[in-house]
Amino acid sequence: MKHPFKKIVGIAATVAGLAIAGQSMAETKVGFVYVGPVGDHGWTYRHDIGRQAIEDKFGDQVKTTYVESVKEGPDAERVVRKMAASGHDLIFTTSFGFMNPTLKVAKKFPKVKFEHATGYKRVKNMSTFAGRFYEGRYVVGTAAGHMTKSNIIGYVASFPIPEVVRGINAVARSARAVNPDATVKVVWVNSWYDPGKEADAAKTLIDQGADIILQHTDSPAPLQVAEQRGVWGVGQASDMSSYAPNNQLTAIIDNWDQYYIERTQAVIDGNWKSGDTWGGIKSGMVEMAPWNDAVPADVVAAAEKVQKAIVDGSLHPFQGPVINQNGEQVIPAGEVLDDGALSGMNYYVQGVEGSLPK
Amino acid sequence: MSDSMTILLAASLTIIGAATPLLFAALGELITERSGVLNLGVEGMMLIGAVSAFAGALITGNTYIGVLCGAFAGMLMALLHGYLTLTLMTNQVATGLSITIFGVGLSALIGLEFVGVTVEPLSNLPVPLLSEIPFFGTLLFDHNLLVYLSVALVFGLSFFIFKTRGGLILRAVGDSPESSHALGYPVIKIRYMALMFGGLMAGLGGAYLSLIYTPMWSENMTAGRGWVALALVVFATWKPWRVLLGAYMFGGVTILQLHGQGFGLDIPSQFLSMLPYLATILVLVLISRDRLKLRENSPASLGRTFRPTA
Repeated sequence: MKHPFKKIVGIAATVAGLAIAGQSMAETKVGFVYVGPVGDHGWTYRHDIGRQAIEDKFGDQVKTTYVESVKEGPDAERVVRKMAASGHDLIFTTSFGFMNPTLKVAKKFPKVKFEHATGYKRVKNMSTFAGRFYEGRYVVGTAAGHMTKSNIIGYVASFPIPEVVRGINAVARSARAVNPDATVKVVWVNSWYDPGKEADAAKTLIDQGADIILQHTDSPAPLQVAEQRGVWGVGQASDMSSYAPNNQLTAIIDNWDQYYIERTQAVIDGNWKSGDTWGGIKSGMVEMAPWNDAVPADVVAAAEKVQKAIVDGSLHPFQGPVINQNGEQVIPAGEVLDDGALSGMNYYVQGVEGSLPK
Repeated sequence: MSDSMTILLAASLTIIGAATPLLFAALGELITERSGVLNLGVEGMMLIGAVSAFAGALITGNTYIGVLCGAFAGMLMALLHGYLTLTLMTNQVATGLSITIFGVGLSALIGLEFVGVTVEPLSNLPVPLLSEIPFFGTLLFDHNLLVYLSVALVFGLSFFIFKTRGGLILRAVGDSPESSHALGYPVIKIRYMALMFGGLMAGLGGAYLSLIYTPMWSENMTAGRGWVALALVVFATWKPWRVLLGAYMFGGVTILQLHGQGFGLDIPSQFLSMLPYLATILVLVLISRDRLKLRENSPASLGRTFRPTA
């Protein structure tokens, strides 16, 4: 320590430099509120990949933070409010149950921009976004209809909200389009994330004859049970083949990267506007994982044909006639369920067993 | 075997799977509470047990070593709880809650590397000959080591608590640490041992989850089973065989409602999920009706800090 003074001056200069740099860059803060742990390897994991994509893209220009495993309900509002109050410019809340808490906070913080996933309430500073996962499920249903031998497709479901019901219906419709005897058996676990219970539900379905397990819950547990029991499973939200190297039929992958980058860019450029984005296979928000090698080539071809038709618009998973479980026609042939009808779907279509919990 | 028998058997096997982790954690908590210590850290200890068991199995490639790692890690967490509540005499409720929150975070941190990998689950050890009896053979004699162990522990612990001198001392410490201390029993030491046994059992419950139930690690995978175990001990009025009954009932209701749904039964699943807790509240009300019943059934000094005076 020959020149302690010099060192202090040096540090002071660096600090001042940093401060100036910080000012000129006007760092944008982007926050995320997750319903599950980032390590769920499913839904929340994919959102966090999107967050990392922002970091990769913008570097020092943007700072991202997240809070994971936030319960849907009163606690969510506290978390969102805290984030809004701590200088975040853009906040993503990524579960349906965060809708009302996000809305409440959005009204109190008009300068902060909010992005809510899978909901339907919007205000000037609150957008909604979601993936058309039912498109992916329709593709999966095609393969499932071909592959099932017992004609029972098992479905581990979380909560009876339109988003989930839509997925179940999409599978039932596409499976029956290729195999009129196929039925979908649903078990609700009333949780987005409870590996044990999800596994139990999958076991139950297999015990009751299902030979393909689909899931709309976030952990890889149902898929893992499928692997153990030697039936087909389908990965949820991300490629889960590491949990079922032999028995993952495919996976429906959520890809938020592009959307998150676009919205962050809009905030930086100052042209962010509230809106509703519903991206499907075409926009890249919904991707299909590679098909399992053991799936016969003609089945893969049939599924890929359906996928292509969805992308080019010649096929809509809910094109008429749409017939509900009671045999009543919802819309006739030649019509297509519009987005409004899709986002409020509260009935099973033909081919789904059991009754929809109220 | 007819179809309905096959499904009955399958459902029963799933119930055994769902009940076993609860049984381990609850039996451990029962011993801890019998010594007068309330351990609200069960959930955290289970998680640490789960992640350590998984890590152990993954690194050594031996599932049984994984089980031991889980048990040991659960015990270490209990040791921490003991150091805080028994040596430093902190409040048991607050400490237990912090242990749980700490366990959730620490297990997630340890588990960062293990997301996306699986291990070979613990294999079944069928009892020769007996396991070949149709239906009952598979139901009773074709399980993994931990299932046998959990049931054996019910009998073992029941015997220990009510038929041995050690059990008598344990109960005495839980009912009146002052008198036990005056008689010359090392109250703090006994409580340490009871607590560590509880941690070990919670660790085993966690190991069961990450090595058998769903052979993987994922954050927060216990999903509240530690709390169910705590409720179970009250439901069982601190008696091991009733813990067995309760664990199978708690597990059974979960599985039966899933099967009910599969068959299109129209009972709200939320109602069925609520039932076990309703039963716990009912038991609490019943045993709290009068002082005598409460004294008879619960460790009198439960949750109270004991300061040994010379």
